[in-house]
Amino acid sequence: MDAATLGMWTFLITEVLFFGGMFASYAVYRNMYLDAFASTSQYMNVVLGGTNTAVLICSSLTMVLAVRAAQLSNRRHLILFLILTMIFGVAFLVIKGFEYHAKWVEGLVPGLHWSGYTEHPEFAYHAQILFFLYFCMTGMHALHMVVGIGLLTFLLVQAYRRVFNANYFAPVEMIGLYWHFVDIVWIFLFPLLYLIGHRR
Amino acid sequence: MATLAQRSPEVEAEEVNYLNVEHGWKSWLLTTDHKRIAVLYIISITLMFFVGGLMAVLFRINLLVPEGLFSAETYNRLFSMHGIIMVFFFLVPSIPATLANFLIPIMVGAKDLAFPRINLLSWYLYIAGALLAIYAVVRGGVDTGWTFYAPFSTTYSNSYVLAAAFGVFTAGFSSILTGLNFIVTVHKMRAPGMTWSRLPLFVWSNYATGLIQVLGTPVLAITLLLLAFERIAHVGIFDPNIGGDPILFQHLFWFYSHPAVYIMILPGMGVISEIVSCFSRKRIFGYNFVAFSSMAIAVLSFVVWGHHMFITGESMYTGLAFSILSFMVAVPSAIKVFNWTATMYKGSVSFDTPMLYAFGFIGLFTIGGLTGLHLATLGTDIATHGTYFVVAHFHYVMVGGMVMAFMGGMHFWWPKITGRMYPEAWSKFAALIVFIGFNLTFFPQFILGYLGMPRRYHAYPPEFQALNVLSSAGASILGIGYVIPMVYFIWSLKNGPRAGKNPWGAAGLEWQIQSPPTTFNFDETPVVTEEAYNYGPLEEIVG
Repeated sequence: MDAATLGMWTFLITEVLFFGGMFASYAVYRNMYLDAFASTSQYMNVVLGGTNTAVLICSSLTMVLAVRAAQLSNRRHLILFLILTMIFGVAFLVIKGFEYHAKWVEGLVPGLHWSGYTEHPEFAYHAQILFFLYFCMTGMHALHMVVGIGLLTFLLVQAYRRVFNANYFAPVEMIGLYWHFVDIVWIFLFPLLYLIGHRR
Repeated sequence: MATLAQRSPEVEAEEVNYLNVEHGWKSWLLTTDHKRIAVLYIISITLMFFVGGLMAVLFRINLLVPEGLFSAETYNRLFSMHGIIMVFFFLVPSIPATLANFLIPIMVGAKDLAFPRINLLSWYLYIAGALLAIYAVVRGGVDTGWTFYAPFSTTYSNSYVLAAAFGVFTAGFSSILTGLNFIVTVHKMRAPGMTWSRLPLFVWSNYATGLIQVLGTPVLAITLLLLAFERIAHVGIFDPNIGGDPILFQHLFWFYSHPAVYIMILPGMGVISEIVSCFSRKRIFGYNFVAFSSMAIAVLSFVVWGHHMFITGESMYTGLAFSILSFMVAVPSAIKVFNWTATMYKGSVSFDTPMLYAFGFIGLFTIGGLTGLHLATLGTDIATHGTYFVVAHFHYVMVGGMVMAFMGGMHFWWPKITGRMYPEAWSKFAALIVFIGFNLTFFPQFILGYLGMPRRYHAYPPEFQALNVLSSAGASILGIGYVIPMVYFIWSLKNGPRAGKNPWGAAGLEWQIQSPPTTFNFDETPVVTEEAYNYGPLEEIVG
């Protein structure tokens, strides 16, 4: 393992701990308020969330294909797959935007616009905590996606300028690792935020 | 008292080194040379140290009279800013960002750290965070304590909580990047023959510190963000009115802040290993034990955070577990103290200034560590939590320990960093002043705490006045002890005698290159064939 790879993995471990603080908070409150948390799933748009999950998984596929293209000095494919990954990333953010907008309109934004939790008023307070965690965790995730798309733009420019080939493709690999990590965070977020309580 | 310092008469004209190779502000502000970045850090953290120290001067003046000289609100802001600045802007970066930044590449036989530009970025993040903290100070500070407990910090405080929190948040990323850089450097950049078991213990200590920085600091980052969201938008995560739990804040906060104290002390322990070995002319006793004790401290530091919360509502069983684990984490520290002592046994001990600070460290850190066991014990903690006993405990380990180690290290490596020697008589005098001033300041606080004086109070019952006056008097002496080195260190830059490669006759790669070093440290990559601390008889060592 070379230094850059070790550095990127170490950085990703810091990200695990960063998101970990929010996951820990989620675990604590879900343990305390199991029924309230379960009741929030009906307000979550599983269709949009599920679509986003598929979008991100596809983006990870195109990302790893981009890394492969760089390894094989295939500039055309590298550029193609970087662009596809960015399109998927932007699609994710657009869908997220629709979700957030819907939550705002329905009055499900804690602290700023919280009036729409009407199905189970006895759970309203505790549900507010879950909804805050929803916005905080998906928001932090979206922020990391934005950074990722920025990094991909940088890679795209470099790829266009013929910087990468079979002898030098480390930045593509490293940013690929970052992208996969952001994807995996979503894989954990989706079931924990969208899919609890649907079996009831 | 015997001293080892040797001046090198052959060095007259100044050779090319990392300080004079380039001039101009761009060559400093855009440098990627780890040694220049270390110098930038030395200047920055020294400035922050004096800002934090100023806060202390002011509140110790307040504590001269039982009714207090300032208002409670003002007092709260003074001790809070003192804590925030000293912890996050002095102690956490101190040795890693300065001495370790300078020395680790050289000690492993490399030209620079693994990621030089990230090193520079970490300094800029530190400066950004420090500017936010200074902004908070100038606008009146925060009154939440450095611990930022909810719901006071999130809901009721009228002070500049967000500015201070974001300052700490930014400085935290500086810390993460430093740790990341050290971890990758030690794994990947060691010279041929430099196996893990030949590394100086200073490297082991800073490697372990880097592990803690990388794993712990991100949790502080998210905790401060949650605090900010609560304060800005009142989302409810720590609000008991809707079922939020302020104790969750404490768990998240201390999950970082306990390991943080080991971020603060481990590098100091690394310095002591280097100094004790050199000034005993003997290899460190029990190298493997000392190296692995650093790793054990790093691991155990993550499972003791609950000892800060024994009386805030943990179950008895949780308290029991954290208490036992806190006793366990004391063991590796004690192992180090025993090994340093054993190193000195039958060694040829000399009393140069770095060694004076090392002696101070060993004694005072031991006192601080032992009193930590009082606090780790559930029964005695109930009586002493929130009192001056705690304040004295952590100042003994942080100031009596860490700051002394920092001073010792600065004196030990000053000739290497600057190419100059400081005046020995003044440095010994200052070390003595620091030792006297420190004990006079903080020993009375053990007694005050045991007698029941609470911490973070601007006023106190009149029967405690004598001890408080002693403590404030000690603080003024301690302050003088810190100012004197500032003066002679700056004086020495132009007027101190020039130092050669190895004024102490010490072992280690850093002593085989010129003082100050060239930009890329080594003319050729060294090949290492010996263990660390390979001290032979005194006559063989040439300065």
